[in-house]
Amino acid sequence: MSNVTVRDLWMEYPNQVVLERVNLEIPSGEFCALVGPSGCGKTTFLRLLLGEERPTRGSIRLDGEPLVAEPGPDRGVVFQRYSVFPHLTVLENVILGREFQQSRFLGRLFGARRRAAMEEARGVLEAVGLGNHLGKYPAELSGGMQQRLAIAQALILKPKILLLDEPFGALDPGTKAQMYELLLRLWSEEKMTVFMVTHDLKEGFTLATRVLAFDKVRVDPTDPGAYGARITYDLPLTLKKAAMTAAAGAAGLVPAG
Amino acid sequence: MRRIINRRPGRGGALFWGALPFLVACAGYGVASALRLADNPNDKLLPPLSAMVAAVARVAFTPDARTGDYLMWADTLASLHRLGLGLGVATALALVIGIGMGLIPYVRAGLSPFVAMLSMVPPMAVLPVLFIVFGLDELSKVVLIVIGVAPFLVRDLAMRTVEMPREQLIKAQTLGANTWQIVLRVVLPQMLPRLADALRLSLGPAWLFLISAEAIAATEGLGYRIFLVRRYMAMDVILPYVAWITLLAFASDLLLRWFNARCFPWLRAGKASS
Repeated sequence: MSNVTVRDLWMEYPNQVVLERVNLEIPSGEFCALVGPSGCGKTTFLRLLLGEERPTRGSIRLDGEPLVAEPGPDRGVVFQRYSVFPHLTVLENVILGREFQQSRFLGRLFGARRRAAMEEARGVLEAVGLGNHLGKYPAELSGGMQQRLAIAQALILKPKILLLDEPFGALDPGTKAQMYELLLRLWSEEKMTVFMVTHDLKEGFTLATRVLAFDKVRVDPTDPGAYGARITYDLPLTLKKAAMTAAAGAAGLVPAG
Repeated sequence: MRRIINRRPGRGGALFWGALPFLVACAGYGVASALRLADNPNDKLLPPLSAMVAAVARVAFTPDARTGDYLMWADTLASLHRLGLGLGVATALALVIGIGMGLIPYVRAGLSPFVAMLSMVPPMAVLPVLFIVFGLDELSKVVLIVIGVAPFLVRDLAMRTVEMPREQLIKAQTLGANTWQIVLRVVLPQMLPRLADALRLSLGPAWLFLISAEAIAATEGLGYRIFLVRRYMAMDVILPYVAWITLLAFASDLLLRWFNARCFPWLRAGKASS
């Protein structure tokens, strides 16, 4: 369960309204693409969901509970860059989540528990196609592989919500297509709610079951910061969702019911 | 004819060009020394190599008549002890305060104006205060090194910590890390090599402060000896001592560089291929 409710959300900075009167009801398991021109507040909205910033007014609820106003393990994140730790190997990057969770003081696991975490991490890395690169450092990986690693790292704690901030913005088209496939497969397996910021409309429509378009409804030409952006289009792609669920069901990925 | 920026020396060429200034300096000294000695065999300003070797044999390999110590080794030990202690304390301060200032907004707000001001106090100007407060023995010299080096290390480390991509800290939090875990597993491992680099840069100032303090008040130490024999214009002792200090500083720089390369293989990862 991980439905997100946004009520009358405003986000203002000094001399600038970024978001105004945003209302949203996202049921569990939805794949939302946030699209819109640059500077329209879609990344700000993602940061609010992440808990990195607090809304000026209004509320965000996760399963009915007010969102904790700092990042936490219930919300995984993948940024466009710098998502992985350069000083840890691929495998160490992924077991880090388990180490933080199980070793509060040292942040490090030893012996049997470490082996168990490594086994689990190997499984996740195998699933994202990094099974042969466990001992490498991120700097030795290509851009696409680094993003795979970032996704694997976020998935090991099984977050309810996965937040993606232009995760494929820096990748070439061929790599992008592979990443789409990977992401859709993981999404249907893990049944999480996904929010993805993208400036690529096509990408949004390819991946999402729901496209949220952010834009300014009112513009004051003498004071560009006077009004904020709203969600101007909220397009549920129901047919596609049904088709994808059916396909996934046929492939045995989603249990019936 | 290719542009000069595109012409590179080979392996042997690099060795030759690297050695050349050393050879020129040595040859220049040899010639100048020989000329002066030809003029006046008792000249003390530019002693010949043989005199320096004899002086080193005297201070390093024969026990001192008065104390029974091997002077050069006793001096080296005393100086390195002070230097190590001072740099150790400064490093520890830098780790705690620097990372604290870089990572925790309240610590930054509370300490950064104070540290910025403190780092502008000329350490040599407070040396008399240190002698008055901490006495003339070891403590005041160690404190001078700490005061001279720590503010630079603290500020450098704080800046490096602030420069860390915000994404990494957010990511660590979404993996459930508490502040202590973030320090231990994310910030500290990435800051240690930066600290080692900063330490390399502060070796020069640290020796400067050490020798200044020893010159003014000490009973042993490399700086003390140089300033003591200056009275007799004993260049045959001073020059080897200077060379020895340079060698020690160079070796510690090399050691820190080796430490970085050895302990942080990720620093070089991915760089070899590009």
